[in-house]
Amino acid sequence: MTSELKVSGSLQNRLMFTLISGAAVLGIILFFIVRGYAAQIAQNGQDDILEASLSSILDAVVIQDGSVEVDFPYASLSMLDTELDDRVFYSIYNDGILISGYEDLPLPEKINTEISIFNTIKYKDTNARIASAKRILIGEKERITISVSIAQTQDALSRTLNRISKNVALFGSGFFILVTLLSYWATATTISPLMRLASSVTKRGPQDLSPFEKKVPSEMYPLVTSLNKLMTRLDLSLKQSEDFIAEAAHRVRTPLATVRSYADATLQRVTKKENRDALRSMVRAIDEASRAASQLLDHAMITFRSDNLQKEPINLNDLVQNLIDNLAPIAEMKDIELKFKQEDKIELFGDFILIQNAIRNLIDNALKYSPYEGIITVSIGTSPISFLEIHDQGPGFPPKDLDNLTMRFTRGQNSNGIVGSGLGLTIAKDVANAHGAKLQLSNHEKGGACVTLLF
Amino acid sequence: MRNFIILIFILITSSLSANEWEDKKVFSNGKNTNSLSILSSTDTSFFAPIIKSFLDKYPDIKIEYFVTGTASLDEIFRKSPEKYDIIISSAMDLQLKLVNDGYAKKINQIDHPNWAKWRQSLFAFTIEPAAIVLNKKAFKNIAIPKTRQDLIKELRSRSTFFRNKIGTYDVRKSGLGYLFATQDARTSETFWRLMEVMGGLGTKLYCCSGDMIDDLVSGKIAVAYNVLGSYAEARKKKSDEIEIILPADFPTNMMRTALVSNSSSRVKTSETFIRHLLNTQTEKNNDKTHSLPPLFLKPGQQTIILEPALMTYLDKLKRKTFIKEWERAIIQ
Repeated sequence: MTSELKVSGSLQNRLMFTLISGAAVLGIILFFIVRGYAAQIAQNGQDDILEASLSSILDAVVIQDGSVEVDFPYASLSMLDTELDDRVFYSIYNDGILISGYEDLPLPEKINTEISIFNTIKYKDTNARIASAKRILIGEKERITISVSIAQTQDALSRTLNRISKNVALFGSGFFILVTLLSYWATATTISPLMRLASSVTKRGPQDLSPFEKKVPSEMYPLVTSLNKLMTRLDLSLKQSEDFIAEAAHRVRTPLATVRSYADATLQRVTKKENRDALRSMVRAIDEASRAASQLLDHAMITFRSDNLQKEPINLNDLVQNLIDNLAPIAEMKDIELKFKQEDKIELFGDFILIQNAIRNLIDNALKYSPYEGIITVSIGTSPISFLEIHDQGPGFPPKDLDNLTMRFTRGQNSNGIVGSGLGLTIAKDVANAHGAKLQLSNHEKGGACVTLLF
Repeated sequence: MRNFIILIFILITSSLSANEWEDKKVFSNGKNTNSLSILSSTDTSFFAPIIKSFLDKYPDIKIEYFVTGTASLDEIFRKSPEKYDIIISSAMDLQLKLVNDGYAKKINQIDHPNWAKWRQSLFAFTIEPAAIVLNKKAFKNIAIPKTRQDLIKELRSRSTFFRNKIGTYDVRKSGLGYLFATQDARTSETFWRLMEVMGGLGTKLYCCSGDMIDDLVSGKIAVAYNVLGSYAEARKKKSDEIEIILPADFPTNMMRTALVSNSSSRVKTSETFIRHLLNTQTEKNNDKTHSLPPLFLKPGQQTIILEPALMTYLDKLKRKTFIKEWERAIIQ
């Protein structure tokens, strides 16, 4: 009946995926920015010390007795001591000629007088940061240019950077996990009104067509409004058709009773056999019609009461006993024995009239299909769960129809010649559903139909 | 002619290969599967106990022990770093520069206090003071000087007695002497005053602590300045001729250090030796039979710090200036 709806993705997953991938991208960007920034700061720190060392060496340059002396202080190199004992290299050039230090340490060509220039170089198989500057001294005869380069390896720096990277990575992962949790929470919260609506629609009984009145988010407002309108229309049209049927049945019943009494009276008077036969079949047809009308009324009543159950404690044993007593005269007409097996006492909480109606319809059915001098057994028990079982010795249900028999106006294939409207089982099933009970149809191994109500 | 050239070549090569060692000794238990060659400035008698205890533990190793002065040690090693596995020297500055220049191997699995190592390559294993050592007879009835100031006063007041009876390192020849002198000069101006006074009295210059102590014991000199305290201590045990003073104004303490050559082909064995050396030289394990003092800083005691600044006075220009000034003071 319901066509298969195609599912394309999930709103929550889509939302979460967007949020999480956003967080991942953000985390990675954050990592590189912070790391880059930290690297710059650390490098600036090293550069500052190199520059201080450089200027302390340049400051120590003097011309004494015509020759250059560079009596740089102990602190020039002492300040370059690091936690990881980085190596230190330097070179001092006088007008381009090495006068002290490491001869293979590169000296940049363009050195400004005042400003030190910095470079990262590969020296002695390791990365080193090199700072260079020069100073011009004016001697008695000539101008002398002293250029100094000082280099330091970057062990301590890279350890600091690694430490920072590790911390930033940790921080980034933490951030990512937090965002993931948050996005899960956020999507769950966002999607929850939708889920609530969906589950409340699912949970509703088939007859519940009342509008949704709980508050909904503005985005869902149009959907729920349309849904409510649809339901109201559906409810209205259903009610109208039920009303129509009930009204029609009601209107037909009274004239039928009149026609039947006339037919009975006429039957007393006519003597001709064929006339009497015609009248008898007329009476039977009238009976059938009025029975159908009253079942239609019953059904309408049940539909109405299902929405507004008037629950009260019911003693099922008494209820069934009463029904059997009432139906006993009809049973006697067919010489049918009505047995009542009470294995246990069952107390129910439900709508008395509905339950009585349902069980009467079931016993009624059994009487109709039961053969003359047959036995109908009504059993009540609680093991394994509370149940009521009606078992006759009739032809049983046609196996093909077992699933459809409870639908309105559906009758079994073997019902020919038996008065009925096809509403009896529908009524019983509706009542069972309204009470959260279950109606089971089956055929007994030794023949006969078996109807079970499981409470 | 050709023969003559070959002869010269042979002479040159043989003189290069056969360094003039102060001492050379091979330690072995007979069955050698491994060998180690140690280039050291430490006298054999001081280092032999450590080698012997090592051989007790690892009997299949042969150790060649070469002794030379600190300055020539640096030169020899730089020329052929692949010939020697372990370098031991008291000249901390030269050792540190060797590491800085990439001659030493990093040994990562050694746990050693931070102040006693550099770049996980240079490991200190003793703390030894620079001492003023006196001949007792020369100071028989006089108060013994406790500081450099006291010594200056004493030398000045008895200048005729002390003339030509003072000794110290020739800082041009000895790496350790140069280290002591530069550290003294860095710490206090008193050093230069002392040098001037000593220079005025005609000071004898020595290559090594051992020679200085010999002359002190024999009475050739009465005062020696900046002698290795550990060597003097060892000699004092044998003959009570000398008095050792650790100057109270500012003591200078040096650390003897060891490194493994980066070009060594026997790294594993070398590392084992270094580990053994550092282990025997801890205060706990260093028993009295060992002549070298342990690596132990008494509370308040300071030592020359292992830092790049040690290379300051190794700078060509700085060295030239320092030596010039030193010569001006001491050789008058």
